[in-house]
Amino acid sequence: MSEHTLRGAAAIVGVADRTSPTGVVDLHGRVLEATMVREALADAGLGVEDVDGICYGGAAPGIAEYLGIHPKFVDGTMTGGSSYEIHVEHAAAAIATGLCEVVVGVYAATPRGDRARKSGGGRGSPPPGPNPMLEWEMPYGLRMPMGAYALAASRHMAVYGTTSEQLAQIAVDTRRWAALNPRARYREAITIGDVLASPMQASPLHLLDCCLVTDGAGAFVMTSSPRAVDLAKAPVYVLGAATCTDHSMITTMPDLTVTAGAVSGPAAFKDAGITTDDVDVLMGYDSFTITALLHLEDLGFCAKGEGGAFVEDGKLGPGGALPTNTNGGGLSYTHPGQYGMFLLVEAVRQLRGECGPRQVPDPQIAVAHGSGGVLSTMGTIVLGTGAAL
Amino acid sequence: MSILVEPPPSDEVAPFWEATRRSELVLPWCRRCEQPFWYPRAVCPRCLSDDIDWRHASADGVVYAASVQHLPGPGRDAADGPYVVALVDLTAGVRVMGNVSRCAPDEVHVGMPVVGIWHPLSDGRQLLQFAPKE
Repeated sequence: MSEHTLRGAAAIVGVADRTSPTGVVDLHGRVLEATMVREALADAGLGVEDVDGICYGGAAPGIAEYLGIHPKFVDGTMTGGSSYEIHVEHAAAAIATGLCEVVVGVYAATPRGDRARKSGGGRGSPPPGPNPMLEWEMPYGLRMPMGAYALAASRHMAVYGTTSEQLAQIAVDTRRWAALNPRARYREAITIGDVLASPMQASPLHLLDCCLVTDGAGAFVMTSSPRAVDLAKAPVYVLGAATCTDHSMITTMPDLTVTAGAVSGPAAFKDAGITTDDVDVLMGYDSFTITALLHLEDLGFCAKGEGGAFVEDGKLGPGGALPTNTNGGGLSYTHPGQYGMFLLVEAVRQLRGECGPRQVPDPQIAVAHGSGGVLSTMGTIVLGTGAAL
Repeated sequence: MSILVEPPPSDEVAPFWEATRRSELVLPWCRRCEQPFWYPRAVCPRCLSDDIDWRHASADGVVYAASVQHLPGPGRDAADGPYVVALVDLTAGVRVMGNVSRCAPDEVHVGMPVVGIWHPLSDGRQLLQFAPKE
């Protein structure tokens, strides 16, 4: 196997997202998806006629038809929240090998608005028919998904002495970023005490250890690096990409303190030729505080078990040594169910210097690390500016 | 403890569910690997062999991870109050999910020895559960 096959071959050239401080977005469904595609293409200086590839978290022909495109690269990978990192990986590979030249990826979900529209809304009833989760986990009443993450947190605390205060620090620092983002759902400062005083959901996770439920949507546009240099915005190059899945149900996760990010992270970093010291912005999927903590360890920012001590000094927040989840994260910015798209959009905007009050000074390397399912499928994308190529 | 979401028995694991009617735990063993596996299925997740044996196993184990559900999950009623969902490492060599009852929820901790108990289902099958080891 050769190394660095993807490094610098493709770039993200357009992004868009739609969220709201109310948690409710006025559009939904295909209209919202198409709006995101149009805005991302406009951001890139491209038109829909340029698109010959599509990524979608599910059956892709329907959205392709709606957009009126006939793509020759079609990726419907659905791994939950990490789908969008994996889409970038696959699109980069497709572009690098000449399967296609311009790929759009899009995501939209509106669980809040759907409640008002009484069209289902995604929460509550289990999927129909016999399946392993229904047969071997559902009878025990584990709250999903938070219960699965709570089990991981309980194990991490028991093995490594990680504390609720340390997990809360992640929520506090993420909220500090959200305070700098006018589009964030929650912006008021919180303290460790606030997190610990918020209602226990599934021990040891409190309400403020848990991500939001909001509407939200986003899209990206990718193309080959030679074509990228002539477009509207500075290209953000895909320097490294890797995926790993090691379970579907939490019962079969090999070790509840180690995610598949311990495989995908180092592989993507090696692909990119970087170390953790090179990362200027970390967008690490924060469905729960424990999720973000596990990423820090598994990607190698600290040793296994030392995540709690690592975050204690507030280094993840504004002005800290490792700016993390600078949009306010799934904990305070937005979380429509599959948050991975927003990791990518924020990473691109940070590398372009478009983030206003929350802009990290002159970043060259950003990492978008997606987590899907119940810590099941990890997708790591290393992005860089032209200077990082 | 109310259990409103009863597990739909899949055909390929009929020996497992039949044994529960006798309050007996059987685990699927791969005859080729000579090891048990979880969750029960007709194909070994290590080697893909379909030569599966169902062997009696102890339901004793140790809590690997545990979470108190403070609001009701699937099939549960708020009136039941908080309850524990745990992953238990059985001495037989597999990790299973189960509720731990017969003690206060907050007493359940990682490393705690537990024993298997059976909770009746509406069709005569029983669901494996756990209680603190005396």
